[in-house]
Amino acid sequence: MTAIPDQKKMTPTALDVDRLRQDFPILAQKINGHRLAFLDSAASSQRPQCVIDAVRHYYERDHANVHRGVHTLSHRATEAYEGAREKVRQFINAASTREIVFTRGTTDSINLLAASFGQDIEAGDEIVISHLEHHSNIVPWQMLCERTGAVLRVVPINDRGEIRMDEYLSLLGPRTRLVAISHVSNALGTINPVEQIIAAAREHSIPVLLDGAQAVPHQRVDVTALDCDFYAFSGHKMCGPTGIGVFYAKEEWLERLPPYQGGGDMILTVSFAGTTYNDLPYKFEAGTPNIAGAIGLGAAVDYLLDIGMDEIQAHESAILDYATNAVGGIDGIQLVGTAEHKAGVLSFNLDGVHPHDLGTILDHHGVAIRTGHHCAMPVMEFFGIAGTARASLAFYNCREDIDQLIEGLHLAIRMFN
Amino acid sequence: MNEIEAAQAELIDDFRLFDNWIDRYQYIIDLGRDLPEFPADWRTEDRRIHGCQSQVWLRTDCADGRLSFAAVSDSAIVSGLIAILMRVYSGKRPEEIVAATPEFIAAIGLDAHLSPTRSNGLNSMINAIKHAAGACADAG
Repeated sequence: MTAIPDQKKMTPTALDVDRLRQDFPILAQKINGHRLAFLDSAASSQRPQCVIDAVRHYYERDHANVHRGVHTLSHRATEAYEGAREKVRQFINAASTREIVFTRGTTDSINLLAASFGQDIEAGDEIVISHLEHHSNIVPWQMLCERTGAVLRVVPINDRGEIRMDEYLSLLGPRTRLVAISHVSNALGTINPVEQIIAAAREHSIPVLLDGAQAVPHQRVDVTALDCDFYAFSGHKMCGPTGIGVFYAKEEWLERLPPYQGGGDMILTVSFAGTTYNDLPYKFEAGTPNIAGAIGLGAAVDYLLDIGMDEIQAHESAILDYATNAVGGIDGIQLVGTAEHKAGVLSFNLDGVHPHDLGTILDHHGVAIRTGHHCAMPVMEFFGIAGTARASLAFYNCREDIDQLIEGLHLAIRMFN
Repeated sequence: MNEIEAAQAELIDDFRLFDNWIDRYQYIIDLGRDLPEFPADWRTEDRRIHGCQSQVWLRTDCADGRLSFAAVSDSAIVSGLIAILMRVYSGKRPEEIVAATPEFIAAIGLDAHLSPTRSNGLNSMINAIKHAAGACADAG
């Protein structure tokens, strides 16, 4: 097994955020006459110049279809595409690149599993999810249940937005076929106790899928140490391009699961008498893949590892603490989601002010946040609210961004009261 | 110049008083504070305007050759937009409402400053008003 590459993992040191911000041309612009405070990275992060350059370089010099050409460009494109797969393998410490399937994103990865794993699901089988999930980790399972007669079991949460582990343990049983739970909640930022979740499922021999979309940008993720069966994440939330994502699965699972889509690239031989499927991971990559997206994602992995995931986590944690104290200290603000362990997200409401109105005024102060239900309507329903204002962080955020948010909130309070 | 054109011209003039968008938003928010009362039992599903991210209900009334309406929203900014629509359209002749072009949207700059979802919502409200005006004109 290959160790995680050097992540400068001695003691976490303060990031030179001013220098890192210069890697992101988009952050240098003015919005409505103000410095841009981009606090919407949970929806989609920004891209550093090196990722933009990698995609551009690929199109300018190396593009051809992968895996089948004998000519130089096809060889280069294949090397770059497969090189990106190896970078992703290292990033999450998978055992082999055979376990790394490129998809369109987290949603696509979860749908892949629901479609493929779902072929073996029968009426009365149970899928366990949590009340915290993003719609993309709810709807594919609801569709599977509708198709098969399986039952969706939902682990409740407490008032802080934390999964109730006692309830989780009581839901695991002989009919449970899969546990599908977010690593980090997109709406509230709760870091779920995935080690315990996996260990408990393991006792019942139940496989576990982690939705890692909101985890991989913020902390070191090691799928081998976690011992999860499946892990899904998106490129665009971790400085990579849109339209590229990853479905990790243990090799034994990928061998067992039937293919998701049919087409070119996923086959070895095709005749009208029958078709033999390609080797892993290509069995799950039908059609010409998003080559440029994968290469851009590989460049994003290089960039993040060069900064160091532990350094990123330490910096973001400090900024989140600063923001939580500053925003939470404003009269009329209610924080939504106050879990003990959180990453990257501050969700809140301002008394008597619709979140969209708040977002509009903040935008005119140069502050970009997300407002609404964050594709997690059950979470909003649990708290009895229509939505929240959500400020979300990346390592390129600094105290100045939070100070600008606070100024914007005070401006909004003056305007709406 | 018909009544709606005159109302639009007056509205556009009002917005010229402000040289930045925070002040314009403040004006919109303030306009929304004075909406007429909209009783809870008017908030029925058939009066819901879809296409808005916030909740909006619209109640129209066709009488004496005029279409008047009231509306309500849980958003202060949308309430201000409702107040603007009332100034432009409410109490006017239905034929004029159907024929009117909402020139104030671009003239004020709402098209550039509202989010796409808000613009959709504004268009949904205008369509509902025009639809009611069409029915009102046919009835009259």
